[in-house]
Amino acid sequence: MTTPDTLTPPPVPPTRDAARPAGRPARRRTWRQALRKDWQLYSLAVAPLLFFLVFRYLPMAGNVIAFRKFSPGGSLFGETWVGLRYVRLFLADPTFWEVFTNTLVLGTLTLLFCFPLPIVLALLLNEVRARRLKRFVQSVSYLPHFLSIVIVAAMVMQLTSMDGTVNQIVRGLGGEAVPFLQQPEWFRTIYVSSEVWQTVGWGTILYLAALTTIDENLYEAARIDGANRWRQTWHVTLPGIRPTMVTLLILNIGTFMAVGFEKILLLYNPLTYPTADVISTYLYRMGFESSNFSYAAAIGLFEAVIGLTLVLSANAISKRTVGTSLW
Amino acid sequence: MVTVEAAETGETRRVTRRPKGIRPTRGYRVFQAVNAVILTGVVIVTLYPFVNIVARSLSDEAYIIAGRVNLVPRGFNLTTYKLVMSDALFWTNYRNTVVYTVVATVISIVLTTCYAYVLSKPRLKGRGALVGIAVFTMFFSGGLIPNYVLITSLGMKNTIWAVVVPNAINVFNLLVMKAFFESLPEELEEAAAVDGLNTYGTLLRIVLPLSKAIIATMVLFYAVSFWNSWFTAFLYLDQQEMFPVTVYLRNLIAGATGAQSAGGVAESDAVQAAATLQAVTIVLTTLPILAVYPFIQRYFVSGVMLGAVKG
Repeated sequence: MTTPDTLTPPPVPPTRDAARPAGRPARRRTWRQALRKDWQLYSLAVAPLLFFLVFRYLPMAGNVIAFRKFSPGGSLFGETWVGLRYVRLFLADPTFWEVFTNTLVLGTLTLLFCFPLPIVLALLLNEVRARRLKRFVQSVSYLPHFLSIVIVAAMVMQLTSMDGTVNQIVRGLGGEAVPFLQQPEWFRTIYVSSEVWQTVGWGTILYLAALTTIDENLYEAARIDGANRWRQTWHVTLPGIRPTMVTLLILNIGTFMAVGFEKILLLYNPLTYPTADVISTYLYRMGFESSNFSYAAAIGLFEAVIGLTLVLSANAISKRTVGTSLW
Repeated sequence: MVTVEAAETGETRRVTRRPKGIRPTRGYRVFQAVNAVILTGVVIVTLYPFVNIVARSLSDEAYIIAGRVNLVPRGFNLTTYKLVMSDALFWTNYRNTVVYTVVATVISIVLTTCYAYVLSKPRLKGRGALVGIAVFTMFFSGGLIPNYVLITSLGMKNTIWAVVVPNAINVFNLLVMKAFFESLPEELEEAAAVDGLNTYGTLLRIVLPLSKAIIATMVLFYAVSFWNSWFTAFLYLDQQEMFPVTVYLRNLIAGATGAQSAGGVAESDAVQAAATLQAVTIVLTTLPILAVYPFIQRYFVSGVMLGAVKG
C-alpha cells in the first residue's frame, strides 16, 4: 500500500523492538535486556501501537497529498509532486480568507463565552448550602453534554423555526418572526448560545473538583485579615483553581481552529455561508463536493499546523508566566 | 500531564466557611437569594428545550404552525409516533446504533486497557516514547481528507469497521486509565509475581478485578460517544440500511430522506408528519439517553473520582 520511495517518513514512533542507535549508551539496561524481561508487557502494546500507526500517523503522512497530485482510487500518497501549487492556490482564494476570518471570529466568540462561564457557574454552585439543591442543579446542567450533536442541532432548528419558541417570544414582544437560520447575522449568536447550553454545565466538573482541594486554612487566614466573602473568592478561591483554569484554557486554544465542525455542518446552509462557513466545512465541501482532495488536504494541513502552533505557544507562554503547563 | 478528569463533587461534603456563631451579613443573604434565582434560571434554560420538543412531538400540526406550542402539547395526538415507529428504516438504523456502539466499545476498552496498563509501568524502557506517541495525536491529527483516503484504500468504506475502528482509542480516556493503574499499590503485583503469575495473568486476575469501577466509567464514556456519533457513519457509509439512528435524524432535519421514507408508510398522514416528524424522532433518539442518565451519572461519580489523579 505504501510506496516507500515517495514516502516522506512520518513521525513514526520507535516500535517496541526498534533498536537504539548503536553507540548510544543505555541508561539502565539495553533494549535486549528490557525486551527479554518485559516482552509480555510490550506485547500488550502491539495492537494499540498498530492502531496509532495506521489510524493516526499514517493519515499525518497522508498529508503529503497536499503537495502531490492525487487521483481518486490511486495511491494513498498521490501520484506526482506539484510542490506548493495547492498552497498557493488556496492562499490566493478569496473564499479561503473569508472562511479563515469566520473561523477566527467563531473561535474567539466560543472561547470568550465557553471558557469563563463554567468558572462562574462553578463558583455559584460552590456557594450553595443545600447539598440536595446543588446536586440537582449539577445533574441537570450536565445533561446536555450527553446528547448527540445531531440532537442538539435538531433542537436548535425547532426552537428557532418560524413557529418555534424564540419567534413566539419575538411575536409576543410585538416583533416580526425572523427566519433565524436563514440569516447570516444570526448564525454566530445561535452557534455560541447552543454551545454554551451544551457545554457549560459539564465544564464545571473540573473546577468543582479543584474547589474542594483548596485548603480551608487559607479562608480562615483571609477572614482573620478581614477579608469579606468577595475578597476571599478573589484572593483565595480564584488563585486556588488557577492551574485548572490555565490547563483548560490551553486545551481550549488547542481546539480553536477546529471550531464545531460537525455542528456547523448540521446548522449552516448556503444562505448563512457568509458567517457560518469555516475552514473545516470549506475543506469538507472542497474535498467531497468538488472532489478536489489535494486542495482540501492542503487547507486541512494548514489548519492543523496552526492548531498545533497555537497550543504549543499557549503552553510555552503559560509555562513562562504562570508556571502551569500541559507537560 | 493535565488533570484529565476530576472528581464530580456531588458526594463531597462541603465544609462551611462561615465561622460558628457569626450571623451571615445581610449582603451575603442577598447574594444567596440572587444565586438561587440564577441557578433556577440555569435549570429552566437547560430543561426547556426538552420539554418543548416533547410538547411539539405530541401536538397537532395546526397548533405548531400557528406557533402556539411551548410547554404543553396542544391537540394531543400520537399519530406521528405511530408513523415514525412503523418506519422499518428507523428501527433498522436504531439496531445499527446499538450494534456499532457495542462493537466499538468492546474494541476501545480492550485497546485502551492494554495500552494504559503498559504505560502505567514506571520502570518500563521506552515508556516515555509510548506516552508521547499517544499524546501527540491529541494536538495534531492527519485531518479529514487523508483519513478518508486511508479508510477508502483500506477497503473499510461501507463496512462496520469504518465506524468502529478509527476512533478506538481516546487519549483522554487512556490517560485517565493510566492514572488509575498507577494508583494501584505496587505490592499487589509483586505479590502476584511471587505467586507465579505472568504479566497477562496479573492483568486479568489481579488488576482488572480491582479496576471494575474505572472500566465501567470507560465503557460509559466510550459508549456515549459512539452512541452519539454521526459524522463517521455519514462519511463512510452509503447505504441507508447501514446508517445509525443519528444519521437517520440528520437526514430528516436536512430534509434528505425522512419525508419520503415515512410518507411511504402512511401517505395520508404525510402532512401531519412534516413538522412533528422531527420532534418525534428527536424524542425517540433522546429517550434512551434520558432513561439511563440518572444511573450512568452515579457511576460517573464513583468512577471519575478514582481517575481523579494528576497524570
